[in-house]
Amino acid sequence: MVLKFVDEYRDGKLANQYAEKIANLATRPWKIMEICGGQTHSIVKYGIDQLLSPLVTLIHGPGCPVCVTPQSIIDLAIQLASTPGVIFCSFGDMLRVPGSSKDLLTAKAEGAQVRMVYSPLDALQLACDNPDRQVVFFAVGFETTAPANAMAVYQAKKQGIHNFSLLVSQVLVPPGVESILSASYHSPHESIHGLLAPGHVCTIVGYREYENLSCKYKIPIVVTGFEPADILQGIAMCIAQLEQGRAVTENQYTRAVNRKGNQQAKAIIAEIFEVVPQVWRGLGRIPASGLKLSLAYRAWDAEYRFSLRAESEEVKSECISGSILQGVKKPYECSEFGRNCYPEHPLGAPMVSSEGACAAYYHYRRGSQKE
Amino acid sequence: MQQFIRGVIRKHFVSSYLANEHDAAVLPIETGAIAFTTDTYVVRPLFFPGGDIGKLAVFGTINDLAMVGAIPQYLSVGMILEEGFSIETVNCVVDSIQKATIECGVEVVTGDTKVVERGKGDGIFLNTAGVGIIKHRLAIEPASLVEGDALIVSGDLGRHGIAVMAAREGLEFETTIQSDCAPLAAMVQDLLKYGIHLHCLRDLTRGGLASALNEIAISAQCSIVVEEERIPIQSEVRGACEMLGIDPLYIANEGRMIAFVPQAQALRAAEVMQKHEVGRGASWIGKVVGTDIKGSNGHVAIKSRVGILRTLDFLSGDQLPRIC
Repeated sequence: MVLKFVDEYRDGKLANQYAEKIANLATRPWKIMEICGGQTHSIVKYGIDQLLSPLVTLIHGPGCPVCVTPQSIIDLAIQLASTPGVIFCSFGDMLRVPGSSKDLLTAKAEGAQVRMVYSPLDALQLACDNPDRQVVFFAVGFETTAPANAMAVYQAKKQGIHNFSLLVSQVLVPPGVESILSASYHSPHESIHGLLAPGHVCTIVGYREYENLSCKYKIPIVVTGFEPADILQGIAMCIAQLEQGRAVTENQYTRAVNRKGNQQAKAIIAEIFEVVPQVWRGLGRIPASGLKLSLAYRAWDAEYRFSLRAESEEVKSECISGSILQGVKKPYECSEFGRNCYPEHPLGAPMVSSEGACAAYYHYRRGSQKE
Repeated sequence: MQQFIRGVIRKHFVSSYLANEHDAAVLPIETGAIAFTTDTYVVRPLFFPGGDIGKLAVFGTINDLAMVGAIPQYLSVGMILEEGFSIETVNCVVDSIQKATIECGVEVVTGDTKVVERGKGDGIFLNTAGVGIIKHRLAIEPASLVEGDALIVSGDLGRHGIAVMAAREGLEFETTIQSDCAPLAAMVQDLLKYGIHLHCLRDLTRGGLASALNEIAISAQCSIVVEEERIPIQSEVRGACEMLGIDPLYIANEGRMIAFVPQAQALRAAEVMQKHEVGRGASWIGKVVGTDIKGSNGHVAIKSRVGILRTLDFLSGDQLPRIC
């Protein structure tokens, strides 16, 4: 029962060979940040960090789309879902993210029309099937979800479907990473020595932008996949560069990623969206780090259609998600972790999504000796 | 209503106890102990690859009886129908219940049907209660676990949950994944017949293997370790789980169980299970590593493919498919 493209990269022997290679390469302490939440999840689930040489420390980055979606947008989502005549559609893992007073699942239990869908095109179909209702899709995510969301709007315009719109909170990874690198660059105490770039995001956009970051911040970046052998190979490539004093962008995830990315996907993102400043939960406003529907497609923007205005982001919470998402603190260093904050009662988003660092530590490390 | 019950429902069931048409069935009872259980069934869609709500309602209750080593004997069937629900569908469901009872060698001896107004129900809800006879003298329960007990799973995991999810959401995979929906009682009786000292059994319904292990670890105040590599999961199911971002260890099964048996009998127990169609894929996947550990409230750990031990936790809420 071999699962192609998965099992060979989960092979314990291969993983241990890479771990040995890393131990042989590393001669001083190195801090490597994995950017993507999917990588964090794999690392904690398989115990990859525990295979590593004590000289190598992994720092968990900001790459969980659920975690960085601002609270004010969740509040707008709940407001829309509670509006008569609206069917609000979302991916599953956004439903439990706390807004300022509740989450979408609670709103649903109170009577709001919330539907879980697997694709924005399912939401578009729902709009076709319910012409007397307004169907809104919660367009959340990084560059990975942007093409499908763009396609839904493109199709809506082409087919003249006007009871469909997107509530957009799309974020772009490189500007978010740059804000962390720039902070790290100017603070020698918290420095990050190397990065694992998110394989799936790079499948869409390629990695030319990461080459610029490598150059500007003199940091090795390795585009990396998500299975144990991928991650360990990515770390080994990163450590090899560091030990040799090199700082370029390399590609470990060659089975999915090429330098230029997916041209068609990039074209439809460029057609439908424009780049705007974006608030990241826990990190604040980052210039040119988000996407909004461009003027030609504004009619399908829920914020415009329903004249919504997000309240300014004033998060009153005991959550230290900012420090978690920048890798400054580990989840178990938070005084609320596992006490007042757990998956059924999250104080912040990193405890909600399975890709959030806090949820990963809670599920996979609680009760074991090495939290 | 009387006509509906006779014409549509009763005609499917042959039972001298039902034929009396009295308020309650009067059943003979052997000396010893009986097992008694009930469960209520809601599923969408009602028919899915490998099963339907009728089969589920029979096998589910039979399996609950089997988990204490009982021989299932009698069932009740309660039905709540929504006004306007198609008679043909009721016919199909009742037909499926009847076939499932024959497969399990049990009799439906009493039943009830109610109709609720349109919009007050979801088509059809079923409840079954079951009575079984216990002839063994074992205490098949979490408290019987001892250190070193072997943990055996009766077959591959996750097929029921994925089959239903795929049918409900219209997800199309290359091959159709069939539910594992099946009765386990005959296999359990066989284990007893071959002298396997069953310490504990649990069927792996809602919450899957991970939830069942955590429940047992907490009840027994013990630690359990499983090895990821030994857990049987079909590649189609694993592929679907990879795509949806969900973990097969938390997915519901309707024809799978785990058995805790003395380590010395582990291979024998697996062999006995493998003789049955429902136990074809039985595998020894883990063990009880400690009981009565001071300060421990029960802990389940899984050895990952790269050889590291981690916690295998309860699931919080339902599994929600991931964004990317």
